[in-house]
Amino acid sequence: MPAATSKNAIAIEKGSSLGRDAWLRLRKNHLAMASLWFTVFIVFISFILPLVPGIPNPNVTHPDLQSLPAFTSAKSMEGVEVFYLLGSDHLGRDVFSRILHGGRVSLAVGFLATFVSLTIGVVYGAVSGYLGGRIDAAMMRVVDILYALPFIIIVIILTTYFGNQLWLLFVCIGAVEWLTMSRIVRGQVLSLKRQEFIEAARSLGLSQWRILFRHLIPNTLGPVIVYTTLTVPAVMRLEAVLSFLSLGVQPPDASWGSLIKEGADLMGSDPALLIYPALVFGATLFSLNFLGDGLRDALDPKSSKD
Amino acid sequence: METARFLLSRFAQSLFALLCIVTITFFLARLAPGGPFLDEKKIPEHLVEQMKRNYGFDKPLPVQYATYLGRLARGDLGPSLGNKGFTVNEVIAEGFPVSFMLGICGLVIALAIGIPAGVFAAAKRNTIVDYALMALAMIGICLPTFVIAPLLGEIFALELGWFDVALWQNSSAWILGSVTLGLYYSAYIARLTRGSMLDVLSQDFIRTAKAKGVPPLAVLFKHAFRGGITPVVAFLGPALAGLIGGSFVVETVFGLPGLGQHFIKAATNRDYWLINGTVTVFAVLILVMNFLVDVLQAWLDPRTRAAR
Amino acid sequence: MLRPRTDRTGQGRLLRLTLSSLLLLILLPLASCRQESRVERATREKILLLGNGAEPKALDPHLVSSVGDANILRALFEGLVINHPESDTLHEPGVAERWEPNADFSEWRFFLRTNAKWSNGDPVTAHDFTYAYHRILHPEMAAPYASMLYFLKNAEAFNRGEIKDFAEVGVKAVGDHELVCTLDNPAPFFPDVVKHTTWLPVHRGTIEKFGKMTDNYTEWQKPGNHVGNGPFQLAEWRINAHVKARPNPHYWDAANVKLKGIDFYPIESPFTEEKAFRNGLIHLSYSMPESLIESYRKQENSPLRIETYNGSYFYRCNVTQSPTDNADFRRALAWAIDREVIVKYVTRGGQTPAYAFTPPSEEGYHPPQVVGYDLEKARDYLKKAGYTSGKDVPEFVIIINTLEAHKNIAMAIQDMWKKNLGIEKVRIENQEWKVYQQTVLDMRYDVARAGWIGDYVDPQTFLGMWVTKDSNNNTGWSNADYDRLLRESSRLSDPAARLAKLAEAEAVLLDGMPVLPLYWYTRVYLLHPDVRNWHPLLLDNHPYKHIGLVPSEKGGPQ
Repeated sequence: MPAATSKNAIAIEKGSSLGRDAWLRLRKNHLAMASLWFTVFIVFISFILPLVPGIPNPNVTHPDLQSLPAFTSAKSMEGVEVFYLLGSDHLGRDVFSRILHGGRVSLAVGFLATFVSLTIGVVYGAVSGYLGGRIDAAMMRVVDILYALPFIIIVIILTTYFGNQLWLLFVCIGAVEWLTMSRIVRGQVLSLKRQEFIEAARSLGLSQWRILFRHLIPNTLGPVIVYTTLTVPAVMRLEAVLSFLSLGVQPPDASWGSLIKEGADLMGSDPALLIYPALVFGATLFSLNFLGDGLRDALDPKSSKD
Repeated sequence: METARFLLSRFAQSLFALLCIVTITFFLARLAPGGPFLDEKKIPEHLVEQMKRNYGFDKPLPVQYATYLGRLARGDLGPSLGNKGFTVNEVIAEGFPVSFMLGICGLVIALAIGIPAGVFAAAKRNTIVDYALMALAMIGICLPTFVIAPLLGEIFALELGWFDVALWQNSSAWILGSVTLGLYYSAYIARLTRGSMLDVLSQDFIRTAKAKGVPPLAVLFKHAFRGGITPVVAFLGPALAGLIGGSFVVETVFGLPGLGQHFIKAATNRDYWLINGTVTVFAVLILVMNFLVDVLQAWLDPRTRAAR
Repeated sequence: MLRPRTDRTGQGRLLRLTLSSLLLLILLPLASCRQESRVERATREKILLLGNGAEPKALDPHLVSSVGDANILRALFEGLVINHPESDTLHEPGVAERWEPNADFSEWRFFLRTNAKWSNGDPVTAHDFTYAYHRILHPEMAAPYASMLYFLKNAEAFNRGEIKDFAEVGVKAVGDHELVCTLDNPAPFFPDVVKHTTWLPVHRGTIEKFGKMTDNYTEWQKPGNHVGNGPFQLAEWRINAHVKARPNPHYWDAANVKLKGIDFYPIESPFTEEKAFRNGLIHLSYSMPESLIESYRKQENSPLRIETYNGSYFYRCNVTQSPTDNADFRRALAWAIDREVIVKYVTRGGQTPAYAFTPPSEEGYHPPQVVGYDLEKARDYLKKAGYTSGKDVPEFVIIINTLEAHKNIAMAIQDMWKKNLGIEKVRIENQEWKVYQQTVLDMRYDVARAGWIGDYVDPQTFLGMWVTKDSNNNTGWSNADYDRLLRESSRLSDPAARLAKLAEAEAVLLDGMPVLPLYWYTRVYLLHPDVRNWHPLLLDNHPYKHIGLVPSEKGGPQ
């Protein structure tokens, strides 16, 4: 009675909702919840706070008021009274509002590009590992080829043919970051696919795609989430390197990466320009990281049995 | 027999991949605007034409490509356009040892720090040890190399005077370079190790081992370790290739004459043959690394082997 | 297949390897701990350690063009006339003991010293010079900077392949020790011109030992093969690492060469260079990060050197497309830039605000002062250009090549135009170096950052490029008066009248305003107190044979 078997299979497969369970488990993890709220807070102040009147324009220069310390109020030579919450940079611009505006770019780039690379990398790696054999070999050689291509040259060519556009940045970053992800997922799938529960799923007559997307991929989530929390900072840093290669944010706009890059150059003369953006950047990545760990524990199908 | 066939087919695949990379790079480099003979003070057109003739760039692209492949097959990477009087082979022969030294030492440091840190963090999951180790790793990941490298230079070379801050010959600056690279990758490795160790530790055979009264350290290193470092091994291939070929920032900060610098300069100079040459070397490196990683992975995890 | 169970030995080996490499890491610095810094030892050994910017493209005088390459060539070769250690307006005899022009400065005779020798002992003769000029001008050589020799009669035609016989070019050897140069036009400044690296001789025997005369990339430049006639000879060349020059025993003035060697280090990052200097690894830096100038300025006995340099920093405007095709609009842009602020707060290297294009020189050229900073005028010009307010100005882009300094200047100017003229739609676009060059060459820009370093001390090297369709013009600007004035100036043999004519031409240029002058360069670098006889020079071409190294009292910069 094949029909009954497959019904049973779905019932066995389903159990309780993964998402609901995960959320309940995540709520119990205080560190992860604190990180979640902090991330929301950072996103909020980056996107909403700059709209508040009274927050200085991040691109207005006061060259005579350069490198002032935090909490200074000064009058520029044009007779404008300026208050610097976190001091001013080497062109007398307000560091605080530059960090806020930089956050928009960095967060957008970080999340979007990571999402792109995550989607491509996981699906590609899982399919490659699951199908195995010739297809796997061919797919992995494609990854090898992409790894070895001269990224800088590609970036230069892309910018000249498409101009400096932010979507291009996402494409470039997404195109680089999914490669490692796919290799990791493939490795996981290779070792998972011979395990008992997959054999069980197969013997229940589930379709290939169903096994892949409902059973194999969820079980690779552990390393995937960990690697994702590594990808977000990598993407943000790559964004800074790309702005060095003239792709990405164009001056006078800033991103956290470009602010840190500038700050690193001025480390010796004005360390504050490195410290403030690095602190915000670091705090955000910390919270993302702990959130990632929390999610990993919460989503782990195995930990529910503990 | 089985093994030999596997090796042979992998070799053939890699060779094909290499051909693809070489071909794509050859045409990509030509697509980039501004050729090798474009200078800030404009070189008169008739001279540019002659330079193109001197280097064979006046011939149709397919002809150039065929000549290039022929040369490549003989192991000749051609003349460098940016370093006149040197062949690309010579340039790479000078740069590779520097990068190799940097990369290998960096990898040793990264593994020596990253794996134990990850294993212990996993063993002491959700304790202060775990948080502290992971926070440190996060700092390593957050701080880009262009921050860490000058910082290390400032502290260990200029303040403490333990190392030189730059240069290659009779200089100890490369050690700081290796440490920078190592710290950066150790953070990645620690995070990855912790993640996969947690996976392994929650599996049945570990529980069985624990229940049988195997001492915790033995469980950790004898039973869990092998499975736990599989993703790390998958990461090693790209990491080592990246360490050797992509340590451009570190090489710039410490003034080291490695392959990364050569590649960046080749790209900015549109030194076509040097671009192709460095990419070829880099590609061979990646292919070899990934091959080794696959073998290593099979050895570490018998299931993968069976699956193949 | 791969011995699955015998991993213990493997792990043990790995552990041992790890431990020993860690031990190495701890022990190495202890072993390398030393009292004497690299610079101190070098001073004792009389070896000058020099930061030299980029890796040399070549050590063949006919293939190079950059300042760093020229720095090395000056040690390895010696031209007819060489740079004076203290002033660029004075000349020092090099291979030529003395020289004399004819009445209208269109023919120059150089009398060569008889004791000049190549580093392999061969005598340097007038034929070596004619051979070198034949080689650099030969069309098949395709020497990038051959145009520096176009002063010679028929040189351009020969270089273009229009004349096949080199005998028609205006250079002759009369016997072994006399060289006659016949010029197209009078050039009272000709001795300045022949100081340039393109006028250096090369050794025929060596070049032809490794290939044809016109071969571009042969082995002759390698250490061991290289033959020069300078105070030093090439000892070692490792790409991106160093070039080492050691004394040439056959040099005619070897007794007066004070140094025992020069090591050139191609350190591209100014931040790395500054640290290398602070760390006692080099005597002299090539450049200096702007952000650190202030802190060095405050030091007592500061090693910081700020010297006038023969260069002009400016923005090109594309006069072929809107909105920069309108001269009044360009004037409005020019008058709305506060150059004092840029120099004082943005570049910070003691540069001079430029209100004209050509930097003033000691030889008596005074560029006309046409531009200024005046908001009234700027707004008037904007109205004349047809914009009631800056808001009406259509979007335009400033193109810069990727470098922090260019970016800062562009951002400051963008904000000045916004504040002073209300122009809101100005974008800045960063471009990679070659992309930027190609964009400027194809004139696909509105406003583009640019810089120009004079090859010799004369306004000609600055003004020549604005002639209609000059290959370095790249603005589309063309003015018949300007072309005529420049042509007329080249026929004048009276130096004062010539300079006056050039000033007249520059006034036309500044009125047309295809360029927005910003500032005149300075060279900012770090100099160790041990280095002696290193005087400020406008072209920064220091003759090494006069440089000495004497341990200073304090022994270091700190």
